[in-house]
Amino acid sequence: MAIPVQPIESPFRRRARGLGRAVGPIREARGFPRLMLYIGAGITLLFVLLALLAPVISPYDFDQYQSGGHRFPQLASPSSGHWMGTTVQSTDVMSRVIWGAQTELKVVFISLVFAITVGVPLGLLSGYFGGKLDRGLVLVMDALYAFPYLLLAIVIAFLLSNSIGKGVLTAAIAISATYVPLYFRVVRNQVIALREESYVEAARALGAKPLTIIRKYVFHNVVQNVPPIATLNAADAILLLTALGFLGYGIQPTDAAEWGYDSSRAVSDAASGIWWTALFPGIAIVLLVTGLTLVGEGLNETMNPVLRRRRVQRVNFDQEPEPPIVEAVEGS
Amino acid sequence: MAAVAQGTSLKSYLLTRLVLVVPMVLILLTFVFLLMRVAPGDPISAALGGHNVPQSVIDQIKHRLGFDKPLWQQYVEYLGNIFRGNFGTTITDQRPVSDIILTNGAATLELTFFAMIVALVVGVFVGLLAGRFRDTSVDVGGRMFGIVIYAMPVFFIGLMAQLLFGSVLGWLPTSGRASPITQATLQTHTNLFVIDSIYDRNWGALKDVMLHLILPAVTLGLVTAGVFIRLIRVNVIRTMKDDYIEAARARGIRERDVVYRHAFKNALVPVITVIGLSLALLLGGAVVTETTFNWPGIGHELVLYLENRDYSAVQGIVVVFGLVVVFVSLVIDFVNAFIDPRIRY
Repeated sequence: MAIPVQPIESPFRRRARGLGRAVGPIREARGFPRLMLYIGAGITLLFVLLALLAPVISPYDFDQYQSGGHRFPQLASPSSGHWMGTTVQSTDVMSRVIWGAQTELKVVFISLVFAITVGVPLGLLSGYFGGKLDRGLVLVMDALYAFPYLLLAIVIAFLLSNSIGKGVLTAAIAISATYVPLYFRVVRNQVIALREESYVEAARALGAKPLTIIRKYVFHNVVQNVPPIATLNAADAILLLTALGFLGYGIQPTDAAEWGYDSSRAVSDAASGIWWTALFPGIAIVLLVTGLTLVGEGLNETMNPVLRRRRVQRVNFDQEPEPPIVEAVEGS
Repeated sequence: MAAVAQGTSLKSYLLTRLVLVVPMVLILLTFVFLLMRVAPGDPISAALGGHNVPQSVIDQIKHRLGFDKPLWQQYVEYLGNIFRGNFGTTITDQRPVSDIILTNGAATLELTFFAMIVALVVGVFVGLLAGRFRDTSVDVGGRMFGIVIYAMPVFFIGLMAQLLFGSVLGWLPTSGRASPITQATLQTHTNLFVIDSIYDRNWGALKDVMLHLILPAVTLGLVTAGVFIRLIRVNVIRTMKDDYIEAARARGIRERDVVYRHAFKNALVPVITVIGLSLALLLGGAVVTETTFNWPGIGHELVLYLENRDYSAVQGIVVVFGLVVVFVSLVIDFVNAFIDPRIRY
């Protein structure tokens, strides 16, 4: 086959093509992984909308306990006035669930940004340069990784709450600290494998500076692994945030509505058979975490070569007959 | 650690692994120390919580706890104390941390042990089935179960279980380790109520203790099972692609035997590693489970001390948790090395 002369591409188009390649596996996904991706994305999108439109959708404010001068009933069961009932403080459960979506997504987004901006560069440098720096960092990160992560988050939130108070930032830092080792590990291991690839070798032979090599050749190949991990991580982070809230180390209840905190207030209600204060925030958590997990698992399945199954290749018999590939399962 | 472990004998592998524990523990201890000391805020005034206490009393407490010494000296003493098994004393009620571990630790141990059994039974069963019948409705159902179970916060399952089995049906107790009568009559030898009641042949107490265990253990176990399902499923799929499975098939061995005798056995070896990895999850989950079910374990105590801003207690408990994880992962690695020779390389 003759090699077609390629027109010189603009950097923009080259980047767009690279993006297309990255999205390729998603478009190729079939069967259950595709279903997981779509359902997960749908659920996640729903919560994003809830979070963005909270001021419009929510019937009341998250800490509103009265309307037009008269106080809402305490612990009222679901009714037409309060679809999900009210809490012991007379707040509307539904409003708290809707506003809670905003809090959860905000904290999780900030914490992931923190964790990635610290973990990925550390992993890149440690993996590429190796040596003492690498050994030291690995040891520290392994020690952190082995630690029960909820405990780590509690301790950090506890210490920070003394100085900067219980806010979005405290919760986000506490959560991100537990995820830095994860990104570090994944990135570092990948970089070590990539370091010996011939194209990296070639760049080095041409005299490229280490930072240039990392930026131009290594980074792009490593960064592909981040989205599936980050989505699964986001799911995990929501569980972590709600656990912190449940134990009283999340966000100050006067600042924002948070599902974990609401659940902790529901413990005493559950003993007397009151179900609506526990059920609705809980369902919200389960749905959002499931949605994010489905997206993450779907991405993982479509991008991880060991698990990936490609769809049946279409073979055009009008041209040269090639043996049809029925099901190419990659990897060993 | 490829450099040290290449082509080694079992003995030298175990030795290297053992030696590596030392820096691991040191880093952990240093990390906790730095976190607690360098963090802003004064532990003593935090513990006294805004009460108007004269400076002389504060100085006295500081002196008793050694907070008036230079930082490096505190660090050396801290390490020395832990080395001798002294994890400190709480500030608020002056209880030795080792005492907390002995009494409340037993409750946590009991809870996590039974939770692990629940997680193993559910996780292995669903994971094997999902992997075996990959891409069928069994697989989809198993995976959805795994994902949703994992997505459930511990306290949510706990609260729903309390509502259903406690408030609505009234079948099971929802709080504590035993009813007051049992707690008063049961002789405590080990603080493990199950063992104590069996030892005394106190069957009424045993029944009571087991009934109290069901909801917390199943709650914590189910959450942990999600991880097992995911990993075992992938393992089965990977094993089914191996050459020796193909070879077994080629030899004309029945498909059923290939799956149940060859594939499953090998797919289950990594479960031991997963047990180790899920320990961190289990201990974290135990903190929430204990709070939800008012279970008097270490996690429950930790939350109480956190509320009282007791730095010493928090530090001691966190160190113990960390040491437990390091120790268990060491044991798991040893067991793995004996079972699977491939790991040594």
